[in-house]
Amino acid sequence: MSTQKELLRDEMMPHMLCPGCGHGIVMGALLRVLAKRFENLDNVVLVAGIGCSSRIVGYIDGCTVHTTHGRALTFATGIKLARPELTVIVVTGDGDGLSIGGNHLLHAARRNVGLTCILFNNETYGMTGGQLAPTTVLNAYSSTSPYGNTEPAFDAAELAIAAGATFVARGQAFRTDALEDLLDQALDNDGFSFLDVMTDCTEYFVRKNALGHGSDMLFSQGLVDQDIQADLAASPSIRPADGWPIRDLLKTGVLHQAPRLPERPAGALARRAAR
Amino acid sequence: MVERRLIQGDEACAQGAIAAGCRFFGGYPISPSSEIAEYMARELPRHGGVFIQMEDELASLGSVLGASLAGSKAMTATSGPGFTLMQEHLGYATLAEIPCVVADVMRLGPSTGLPTSPSQGDVMQAKWGSHGDRSAVALAPGTVKEIYDLTIRAFDVAERLRTPVTLLFDETMGHMREGVTLSQPDPSSLWHRPVPQHAPGHLLEAFVPNDEHVAQVPDFGRGYRFHVTGLMHDERGYPTGDGAVAAALLERLERKLAPVEDWFPPEEYRLDDADVVIVAYGIMGRVVKQVVDQLRAKGTRAGMYRPTVLWPFPARQVKKATEQAQVVVVAEMNAGQWAIPVEVAMEGRIPTVKINSLRIGVDEICEQVATAAFLHAGVA
Repeated sequence: MSTQKELLRDEMMPHMLCPGCGHGIVMGALLRVLAKRFENLDNVVLVAGIGCSSRIVGYIDGCTVHTTHGRALTFATGIKLARPELTVIVVTGDGDGLSIGGNHLLHAARRNVGLTCILFNNETYGMTGGQLAPTTVLNAYSSTSPYGNTEPAFDAAELAIAAGATFVARGQAFRTDALEDLLDQALDNDGFSFLDVMTDCTEYFVRKNALGHGSDMLFSQGLVDQDIQADLAASPSIRPADGWPIRDLLKTGVLHQAPRLPERPAGALARRAAR
Repeated sequence: MVERRLIQGDEACAQGAIAAGCRFFGGYPISPSSEIAEYMARELPRHGGVFIQMEDELASLGSVLGASLAGSKAMTATSGPGFTLMQEHLGYATLAEIPCVVADVMRLGPSTGLPTSPSQGDVMQAKWGSHGDRSAVALAPGTVKEIYDLTIRAFDVAERLRTPVTLLFDETMGHMREGVTLSQPDPSSLWHRPVPQHAPGHLLEAFVPNDEHVAQVPDFGRGYRFHVTGLMHDERGYPTGDGAVAAALLERLERKLAPVEDWFPPEEYRLDDADVVIVAYGIMGRVVKQVVDQLRAKGTRAGMYRPTVLWPFPARQVKKATEQAQVVVVAEMNAGQWAIPVEVAMEGRIPTVKINSLRIGVDEICEQVATAAFLHAGVA
């Protein structure tokens, strides 16, 4: 046990996230889970790629590495294989993890190396100015889809399941209690865990699409979950009934759990090679 | 353990790596370097190490850098197209000061080119392939034995200076077999990366340089909590937008490489009274020795200078080797890549001629050197 505040690097404040951005909420959930599980983060490595979400590892007082665009999972794989006793968490975004780094996600899931990958999914490239992402919904405007997006979006979780991840879940910045629970379960899994987390980009995605404020977007996350929707009769309608949906209808919670592998191949290999 | 054995260049590289203490290899198959990965896949698990075949070359070097951050001596091996894909991570390793070794067994390019044909076409890529003014180290062994020795030394430089080191040799040397005696290095003679002098905990100064201008970064999981980034960073390791801090960092990364050329003495062949100095490296050193002998037999005072370090450019060595020269000829298996810095080093004092020796033999090289000597220096 430690406290959320103890795990922050004061000297890195103020942070660079925009007002209304969901990333800080997700980071808060991660910090609370880490605080619950660890006395300090001496043996916790947080590996990030490039983008807004990836910058948050610098704010956390652990072993943190801000790598290259899309390649965080490859660094993380090397770290985990070299030092299996370390807890290795990958922080990535939808552009970082699904576009430039998509191939690495497929193979990290297939290998089932013991990593926890948290994908901050804000449906756009925030750092570079709100460009089209592989997660941008159909018809949405972005700085590189000025007439509306014509390409269907990826379902990141389905991708990870198909590739072989042994724990896959979807959380939301909107529901931090559920998110903390999912993060906890993801960290419990010995193999590759993948979390697709809805979080919104107020400065670019929301503004380009005239979707209101950060809070409107946060509440709108509830609309995609049927269970929550029932309790949200008074939720703001930020899109007219005949408008395009602001996000695809996606399931949340634990989406896939596979039986644990008996052992990572590395250990078995060493014994076979010794014969 | 000293025994004479017939081994292949690629295998000598892998053996040298293991002898140097390499315990992580992340690779991706590519001719003509695949034998290095195959050897590592077989032998590393027997030495308590880890081999992993990654999904591409970006991932190979990424995994190597991760393993190195976690404290392992780590390497990968590739050839031209894969080396191109690794350029971004070479830049990252340079700026974030992560030790690693990359063996590039050169084949003929550009593009897929001739995958099993030799070349020395990656010499400039090894220096300038990554964006920005990258401070690079590249070594060029000239025999199978030297591949083994320089692989060990490559790890020493990578560790001591916390920098990526590229080993450049060509397809011929990678696949060539020679009878060699490989000696196991004394473990106490091997270098280990500098680490911080502070007590563990929250580390506010993870990138403070030592006397050799090398950041003293701890390994992950040793009780230190710190940040590593590919952004320009201060001595805490935290990102900075301060141009002066960035300039000082780049200057330090260049300065720490200054002694490298003194650690790798060149091979000099009949150079003492030579007024025709032929510069050659790698496999070309063997060819040029014959060229020198033939020219000498005809009365031309030729000699050879063969560097084993190409980057940082060994300016002091080149200057010394060419002191008496009337003409300098650079013979390499490319269109004149290393001839460029050599010509710059001559400062217009000594005429510099390049020979692309990709498809020519000893006789033709002799003819071209003799022509150059006559035209540019009046040397018969």
